[in-house]
Amino acid sequence: MAELLQILISGLSSGAIYALAAVGFTLLWQASQTINFAQGEFVMLPAFFVLAGMTLFGLPLWAAILTAFVLSIVILGAMFKKLVVEPMLPHGTMPLVIATIALGLLMKESVKEFYSAQGQPFPSLFPQHVMNVFGASVSVQDLCNLAVAFAAIIALQLFLQRTRTGRAMQATAQDPRVAEILGVDVKRMVMYTFLINGALAAIASILISPVYLAKFSNGETLGMIAFIAAIVGGFNQIRGALVGGLLIGVLDNLAAVYISAEYRTAIPLILLIVIIMVRPQGIMGTSEGRTV
Amino acid sequence: MQTETVLSVKDMTKHFGPIKAVNGVSFEVKKGEILGLIGPNGSGKSTLFNCILGQLAPSSGTVQINGKSVAGAQAHDLNRLGVGRTFQQLSVFPQMSVIENIIMAGQEHHGTMFTRLFGKSDAGLTGAAEDMIEFFRLGHLRDEMAGSLSYGQQKLLDAAMAFMAGPGLVLLDEPAGGVNLTMLQYLKERLITYNREHGTTFVVIEHNMEFVMSLCTRIIVLAEGEIIAEGAPEDIRANQNVIDAYLGG
Amino acid sequence: MTAFRILFLITFSVALLFAPIGQSNYIIYILCSWLIFSISAMGLNLTLGYAGQISLAQAAFMGIGAYVTALLTMAGMHWLVAVFCSISATFLIGLALGYPALRVQHHFLAFVTLAFNALVFLVLRNEEWLTGGSLGLVGIPRPVFGPFDTMKQLPFYYFTVVCFLVTAGAMAWMLHSPWGRAFKALRENPIRANSLGLNTTRMTLLAFAIGSSMAGLAGALQAPLVQFIEPGSFTLILSLKILLMVIVGGSGYFFGPILGAALVVLLPEMLRFTDGYYLIIYALLVLVVMIFSPQGLLGLGRKLLIAMKPRKERGDLKQGAQL
Repeated sequence: MAELLQILISGLSSGAIYALAAVGFTLLWQASQTINFAQGEFVMLPAFFVLAGMTLFGLPLWAAILTAFVLSIVILGAMFKKLVVEPMLPHGTMPLVIATIALGLLMKESVKEFYSAQGQPFPSLFPQHVMNVFGASVSVQDLCNLAVAFAAIIALQLFLQRTRTGRAMQATAQDPRVAEILGVDVKRMVMYTFLINGALAAIASILISPVYLAKFSNGETLGMIAFIAAIVGGFNQIRGALVGGLLIGVLDNLAAVYISAEYRTAIPLILLIVIIMVRPQGIMGTSEGRTV
Repeated sequence: MQTETVLSVKDMTKHFGPIKAVNGVSFEVKKGEILGLIGPNGSGKSTLFNCILGQLAPSSGTVQINGKSVAGAQAHDLNRLGVGRTFQQLSVFPQMSVIENIIMAGQEHHGTMFTRLFGKSDAGLTGAAEDMIEFFRLGHLRDEMAGSLSYGQQKLLDAAMAFMAGPGLVLLDEPAGGVNLTMLQYLKERLITYNREHGTTFVVIEHNMEFVMSLCTRIIVLAEGEIIAEGAPEDIRANQNVIDAYLGG
Repeated sequence: MTAFRILFLITFSVALLFAPIGQSNYIIYILCSWLIFSISAMGLNLTLGYAGQISLAQAAFMGIGAYVTALLTMAGMHWLVAVFCSISATFLIGLALGYPALRVQHHFLAFVTLAFNALVFLVLRNEEWLTGGSLGLVGIPRPVFGPFDTMKQLPFYYFTVVCFLVTAGAMAWMLHSPWGRAFKALRENPIRANSLGLNTTRMTLLAFAIGSSMAGLAGALQAPLVQFIEPGSFTLILSLKILLMVIVGGSGYFFGPILGAALVVLLPEMLRFTDGYYLIIYALLVLVVMIFSPQGLLGLGRKLLIAMKPRKERGDLKQGAQL
């Protein structure tokens, strides 16, 4: 029982971080039909901004994180939108998908060649010690990660629902033509979405890197998990991506303990294939009529 | 004289959330008729069209073609049952030549998957396809890429493709949209000729009143998802409900 | 155009025949590699360039083809039996994998194949009793056809050329048949094709399965060429490279993947001086191609050709506009 609780909490903790990446992924899809195959690398990269800030420029941790945050929003948000997505959208989704695959590769290989091929220890923001809760040893770091990730998602949800800009963004996501008629600046709303995705990626990166080390290849698994979480959740809603992320986090941790460690990484993949076969609209999604 | 019913729509309803786009619409179309479906913007005619064609799942109601229910049928199943259609937007294969476009429109009705792989590369349709483009006077453009044709020519090609498989029923989605006046007269004349020669039934959605009034044998007027008038073109022209719907809407 | 085409084909075949004469074993190996990847890329071109679907599992299918052939030939069966099994297995797996994905939504295939590639890698690495685990399989025999033994590099090259030409010929036949027209229609306007009686789901699925089985064939050639296979040779990165071949060469063009395969196989050789940076250069190259010419190099060539040609059919169009 105690063991199960322990697994559950660490699963939820990594799941909440996956959810951040999945939510960003879903937002981009809604706002601009961009399937971002580089999403995993988007989460891998900001940690290296922090490390570079600290080792190359001698910044203290807090300043390095702040810089990384701003850089992520500018590079992974604005520049990605302006330089990659915008010129390619007129050609349809296919070239863009391929371009994001290439972008992911570029980011991964650049980090490997220009920074390091080895996993880098990453300073933790939270105390490392372990608490005893009902006999289960629970890491404080896990709890804090969970709290921060949830806070970020709740803040995002509140922003989208309670503010004027947020509602305009939602209207854009649902139907850009109608939003345009209602006087929404559609282009700006799409840009905001990209900026938010950059910010979410930075948060996820800074939370997850102390757990797994910062490594150039982190994006492979993270990206895959973000896609899977988004699809499991229904691909078109934030709630779904959240549930998908948490589910995969928990399943992954359960699998590591109760099923072979060798096939641990296969669990999300099998989940994906099962979901697509059995419930393609996702766990939280509603099925829609076919449209032209 | 008893003529057979080609298309029968019963109690068709389609909701989008709380909005009833189509609300309990029923009508029948007899063989050889040219039926016009008109109505102001947002009257539900496009939704109705998409429900008939299986592109949208209706909330309730049934569609029968030649007396057979086609619930759940996909577009290609309907086409095999003898239903052709044209599209509101240009819908040709732009990087294929005119003749290839037409052969494509017929080849799925000839032979099997096996003969389509190992048989003749034109599925034996070149002659029929040439006749069809001649009928629509596109013969001189036989080997041009469809995408390089003028707007009006592509509209004609779209229509020719809908007829290639010899359908009993053709649904035309705004065939006159964006087409110039001369071309419009020509298109109408071709459609009427085809209708007389082959007894093909048409259902036409159209905004252009003049076009509908002179083409159709019967007209159904939709407003806010319901049928508000039905009859011969001259009756519709004089119908007070219709005038109110258009002016009031 | 046709005369030009025939001339080109003859030149190309003759060049294939004489290319390895007097070359070192290593160069011949590179040429074999190019032909094998051309087969695989031609398969992906069918999926991507004709049916308009992204598959990221081409490497996994090559892996399945390679392992099936390796295991069967090492058990003493003839290569011809083994290659038949490789092709059938990859075709059937392609059907089974594509069906659920394509039934629902078309962009799902990219994800499903991505996941599939990762799964295949795990199975190849973990099931040591069958696949030799991460050490792989060593000592795969090369096929012997009566007096013709492909053990030496040059005979193996000609054996690869025959396989390549047969595959390319079959592909050309298929693209010339009504199936080919249906594939093109699928790419140009799937909704219209559907309304003309084409079962688009079935046709897309077929394209994907045939494309996958061509990767199976490529794998069945790869195994005896290298005579050693390991799971690490068939990871996602190889799928991406094959995708790159199709894209850079020109997806939807018959010769696109062959040109692309030449570039991608030779590029690391040419970029050897850049050390580890060649993946970075790859990635940049793809981004640039995607931004400036999403149709690839052949697409760019065609664009230039059209731009240079004087326009003369305007009279025709004018007459049409009056209609």
